[in-house]
Amino acid sequence: MARYSSLAILRNALTGNRHWEPAWRKANPKPGYDVIIVGGGGHGLATAYYLAKEHGITNVAVVEKGWLGSGNIGRNTTIVRSNYLLRANTPFYEHSMKLWEGLSHELNYNVMFSQRSIINLFHTPAQEDDHARRGNSMLLQGVDARFVRPPELKRRMPGLNVDGPSRFPVLGGLEQPRAGTARHDAVAWGYARAADQRGVDIIENCEVTGFIRDGDQIVGVDTSRGRIHARKIGVAVAGSTSHVLKTAGINALPIESHVLQAFVSESLKPCLNCVVTFGGGHLYVSQSDKGSLVFGGDIDGYNSYAQRGNLPVVEDVMSELVELFPAFAKVRLLRSWGGIMDMSMDGSPIITTGPLPGMYLNTGWCYGGFKATPASGWCFAHTIAKDEPHPFNSAYSLERFYRGYVIDEKGQGATPWKH
Amino acid sequence: MRINCPHCGLRDLAEFTYHGDAEHAKKRPEPALKNSGDWNSWVYDRSNIAGQHRELWQHTGGCRSFMIVTRDTVSHVINNIEKISP
Amino acid sequence: MSGYRLSKDGSAVDRSETIGFTVDGRQYFGFKGDSLASALMANGVTIVGRSFKYHRPRGLFAAGNEEPNALFTVVRSRSREPNIRATDIDIFEGLAVESQNRWPSLNFDLMAVNQLAGKALAAGFYYKTFMGPVIGPLKGTRFWMFCEHFIRRAAGLGRAGTQPDKSRYERMNAFCDELVVGGGAAGVAKALAAAQTGKRVILCEQSANALSEKRREKLQNAGVVVLNRTTVWGWYDGNVLAAVERVTDHTPRANIDLPRHRYWIIRADHVALCTGAYERPIVFPGNDRPGVMLASAAASYGENYGCIPGRKIALFTNNDSAYAVAAKLKKLGAHLVAVIDVRTQVGEKPEALAARAGTKIWAGHAVIKTDGNRRLRSVNVARMHDKTNTPTGASEQIACDTLLVSGGWSPVVHLASQKGAKPFWDEALQAFRAPMVGGGWSIHGAAAGDMDFGDGLAKEPAPVLQVNHPGKAFVDFQHDVTADDVRLAHREGFMSVEQLKRYTTLGMATDQGKTSNVPGLSIMADALGKPIPDVGTTRFRAPFTAVSIGSIASERFGDLLPERLTPMHENHVQLGARMYEAGLWMRPESYNQPGETVEQAYVREARAVRTQVGMVDVSTLGKIDIQGPDCAELLNRVYTNGFAKLPVGKARYGLMLREDGFAMDDGTTWRLGENHFLMTTTTANAGPVMQHLEKMLAVHWSDLRVHLTSVTDHWAGIAIAGPRSRDVLASCVNGTAVDNGALPFMGIVQGDIDGVPVMICRLSFSGELAFEVYCGAHHGETMWDALVKAGQPWGITPYGLEALGTLRIEKGHVTGAEIDGRTTARDLHLNWMLSTKKPFVGSAMMDREGLIDENRWTLVGVKSINGSKLQGGSHLVSSDNPADPGRSLGHLTAVCYSSEMKNYIALALLENGKSHIGKRLFTTDPVRTGSHLPVEIVSHHMIDPDGTRMHV
Repeated sequence: MARYSSLAILRNALTGNRHWEPAWRKANPKPGYDVIIVGGGGHGLATAYYLAKEHGITNVAVVEKGWLGSGNIGRNTTIVRSNYLLRANTPFYEHSMKLWEGLSHELNYNVMFSQRSIINLFHTPAQEDDHARRGNSMLLQGVDARFVRPPELKRRMPGLNVDGPSRFPVLGGLEQPRAGTARHDAVAWGYARAADQRGVDIIENCEVTGFIRDGDQIVGVDTSRGRIHARKIGVAVAGSTSHVLKTAGINALPIESHVLQAFVSESLKPCLNCVVTFGGGHLYVSQSDKGSLVFGGDIDGYNSYAQRGNLPVVEDVMSELVELFPAFAKVRLLRSWGGIMDMSMDGSPIITTGPLPGMYLNTGWCYGGFKATPASGWCFAHTIAKDEPHPFNSAYSLERFYRGYVIDEKGQGATPWKH
Repeated sequence: MRINCPHCGLRDLAEFTYHGDAEHAKKRPEPALKNSGDWNSWVYDRSNIAGQHRELWQHTGGCRSFMIVTRDTVSHVINNIEKISP
Repeated sequence: MSGYRLSKDGSAVDRSETIGFTVDGRQYFGFKGDSLASALMANGVTIVGRSFKYHRPRGLFAAGNEEPNALFTVVRSRSREPNIRATDIDIFEGLAVESQNRWPSLNFDLMAVNQLAGKALAAGFYYKTFMGPVIGPLKGTRFWMFCEHFIRRAAGLGRAGTQPDKSRYERMNAFCDELVVGGGAAGVAKALAAAQTGKRVILCEQSANALSEKRREKLQNAGVVVLNRTTVWGWYDGNVLAAVERVTDHTPRANIDLPRHRYWIIRADHVALCTGAYERPIVFPGNDRPGVMLASAAASYGENYGCIPGRKIALFTNNDSAYAVAAKLKKLGAHLVAVIDVRTQVGEKPEALAARAGTKIWAGHAVIKTDGNRRLRSVNVARMHDKTNTPTGASEQIACDTLLVSGGWSPVVHLASQKGAKPFWDEALQAFRAPMVGGGWSIHGAAAGDMDFGDGLAKEPAPVLQVNHPGKAFVDFQHDVTADDVRLAHREGFMSVEQLKRYTTLGMATDQGKTSNVPGLSIMADALGKPIPDVGTTRFRAPFTAVSIGSIASERFGDLLPERLTPMHENHVQLGARMYEAGLWMRPESYNQPGETVEQAYVREARAVRTQVGMVDVSTLGKIDIQGPDCAELLNRVYTNGFAKLPVGKARYGLMLREDGFAMDDGTTWRLGENHFLMTTTTANAGPVMQHLEKMLAVHWSDLRVHLTSVTDHWAGIAIAGPRSRDVLASCVNGTAVDNGALPFMGIVQGDIDGVPVMICRLSFSGELAFEVYCGAHHGETMWDALVKAGQPWGITPYGLEALGTLRIEKGHVTGAEIDGRTTARDLHLNWMLSTKKPFVGSAMMDREGLIDENRWTLVGVKSINGSKLQGGSHLVSSDNPADPGRSLGHLTAVCYSSEMKNYIALALLENGKSHIGKRLFTTDPVRTGSHLPVEIVSHHMIDPDGTRMHV
């Protein structure tokens, strides 16, 4: 398949763009594969790609219930960062950051990773210490971090309410300069195209309806397009994890599904050049290359599979946005949507072998699955190929809950809607 | 969303606090059982139902009583609301 | 100059009043009642916007909120409102707007060079390039970010302001039996019918003048609440609908009594959608030239504003409704030159209308080309069979300056889709309609697919929504998505409607695809060789049209959250305290004397407590009144330590765990009577602990007879601490003794101070002899003043949170900084509080492997070795080299200067803390101060480990 480049664009432009090929083949299922990945979202596609690239396992099928990229990879606020506090999280997310930094070249697909930095604002002396603690933790683990003070914040974000009267005066911010945003859909398409080029079959409109067992062992899946066998089945179906695993007889997991709303404004000329978060509540906002403000806040806080939320969170998010940027009161909200988050019991993900022999599970991404996409696929591929986790994801087991090795960045305990 | 509090009547979502799966909550193991599988799964595992979900809500911005709301987690339609205690 | 004003007509305009307004600083005039769009049309302005990608000149296309091209920024003093459609702006004297996305001007935009790159800028081109070199200074993401800088500047529409919006926004909560959305004929009929049956009815109409004065009066007389200029934009669960009313946007100066926008939250028992239908265009090459417009829009400009878009008007249609437009325009005095109809057979009625309009019908023809520079000059038509989309044969040119297009009508099903009704395809209408699912709503008129506009014309269009002919044919005007882009998306495999939308950005502009959705689907269906419903339709989501963010924030704009003030707030302010935020509460940081720094102040305050006496406001502590025969049992179950045998008149320090075995909160609980306790919690956990207890009682222990009442706000609390605290109380408390016999450690007495009844408990957070004095919140100020006065002989010193923190750090008492949701009782050396005689919340889970691991971070004390200031948030490391600090062993949770120890000290959570006691480590703070300091790890009990001081 042709490589993408500016030359290819010119050549095709001269021939009326009639010779572009499909980004990936519309594969039909074969009777059997070495590995089946259930879920054609970002994590599933990345897993298939790294299985092929890192482990030479190319006889792989990705089966997707709907259209490719129809889950959370296509409905998030596109933030990429690795500014974590806890030691179990940092190396994993930093690995993801490093993969992001080379991703467009690696995939020969511009995922538009823009390292425009993230700034977490703080508003009280106690919050300042908390942010220092996290920043120090990052630096001690080799992640970039710096403190930003109000004069610099004001210079970089002219509309930010630094001087005016404020319920939450801005004392400063913790910045990760290498953080930023990426074009979310392009990540799915780029991984799909690159995996396809390495021989992976991507099978859309193929819903898994059950798992085939040989004794205890899972040996394949029943789908809406027939039975497919494989020695190993990886499940990466954020938002549908409980549903899919129920078809394998797993009736309870340490996750709950919740709806997270996200919002975009009408398109504006550049007015915000970094990702910024508000410490007086829960708000994150950036500006897309097209010019829309892209922002969000808390999950609605009740179990949901509805991809739609309600007004209390909408009002909170809008109120917090205009608290930070009072000029944005006159900007208009263009569109909102909801995504289904698998909220885990400690706010951290699960990438593990099991819970059944022959099965591998990737779930529990809470708010943060997008930024994890490359490392999640990389680690899940390793876990599937080697039948054991890589050190980056060894802490992300299911047993950690029961053994008491929870990874609780927010300190909220087993109340998933509070993470 | 609006919830019909059995004590106060129909009120906005913002007045209520969510407390999770009611059927699950009922199954709290014996406190004296130490560090058992029962406790592990009660604290951490959820059936996470897609469909009719019986769940606990508290009218925190009103009478503070608890109720069991049967709500479809796919459509958000509320089908039933019961008092949990007199 | 093409558009013009007729000498008469225009039901919305008042020709007796001329209004002046400016566009990009240039003065124009219109009539009162004009929209900016109609006023510009009357002034002959043809270019009203530039497209997003190619910066092509664009003219007015619609008359309502589906307008994709004419976007302006409304400027008022220094505040800017970008991206407002000219069709939505009512002109008023002094209105100033700026055009957008052009440089230097609308008529001459240098960015239009982008068009030269035309084919190379096709859908998805970004994904295929700008990746840059793999080595050198532009490797990694650098090259993309370099390009992105310029791409971002070229993209984007209007410019947002940076000055705060000074407008006011308002929220209205409304309830009704029937909410009618839309003030057209169907909506008015529905509202009147509902009102006649005695229902409370609200009718919302988004436009300024769809409802005539007469109709509005009729509705209001029937008892209908009519909200004009009000868009219902969101439909949420439980028939909660969100609407925005534009109250003063159409007036020169905001009346200070009126908000700019009013945010309506309407809870409706039943919703009647009477939202009408959008006319959509047919897609053909050259269809974006200024002068091409929706047919119904031209009729609307003529009838409402007395404006006509051109001198020589042609129409292009696949259905009958354009003929009615032709007849109307003729009647208004316009000159019509042709009706081009893709259908080979045209009915008698339309033929008669065409004859009345004096125009020729080009049946079985399609427009395949347009010409003209800034304005349409002519169109070329060719034969096209109405069963295909592809024209054949030679073309003929028709001179015209306006082409009105009608591709049929799409019911406005957006709100129904938000409600959850997945639209279905109506083959006859060639449009999506809303199915009736769920209760509580209905849909009427054109929105329901009933396209009878009273003209007796058939509205079923021929199934032709695009003309497949070479040339740039735009589907989405604002985003410059062409028919070729849709075909390219198909070629590259982006075939589902959602992928198409994401790959080409079709329908993602500010008009959200209101006119482009169905034509786009039609082109994809054509490419796929499948019917339109197989491509699918996207789910419509809130908001229906863009809504100001400020309106949704409404009264919280500039006032995000309440400030909680203690009863003694004024006392602190009068004493010169520096107040700061601590979880919603405003609390004194320190009471600085003139010239004092915060550190000097808190050190002085803490020293006063250690040597004399101090007082601090502790009203913020959570307080829960617990009553009932089983309240001791409740406490015994939620606290890790025993409470059953606590005698009346005594208090006890208690610790709670979560169900998962981690520490949750601590505090003292006072037994006021056999069946009566007062529990105190930390300030931050007042709410969560209350909910925890309520949940345990309601869900798990409904057999316990206990009542809980939150009394945090009912009591004012002052802690008096220091060796002289007893003297102070003895001098002012009446009705009880406070000596060691009457009031032993953890004892409780009641008395009064200055006539104010008080409850006093002898307990100590500071480690000194100390008392907490509580009174009714309303007496807080009196009590504070009385204690200040009584304490004068001993130099009583008010102290703030910093000194409070210092005292507890010295003593090794924990707060939320250590009980952070990740620590266990053992981590905090509170294992002595874990009863082995009873189960309690968390007891089953607290002994799991991970919770007793010896490498857990546990509480230690930290002392500076060289007397340097320690920094909160620093980590502990073993290396003395700041450049190579090694891994983190733990972190400081709280720091202070201790005058008692004449040193900077801290509390810390440290990996296997016990093993480091007496050893040297380093604190490191690379992110903030860069300090790297030697410290000694000590026991967390840094002063008075035996507690002799508080037991005197």
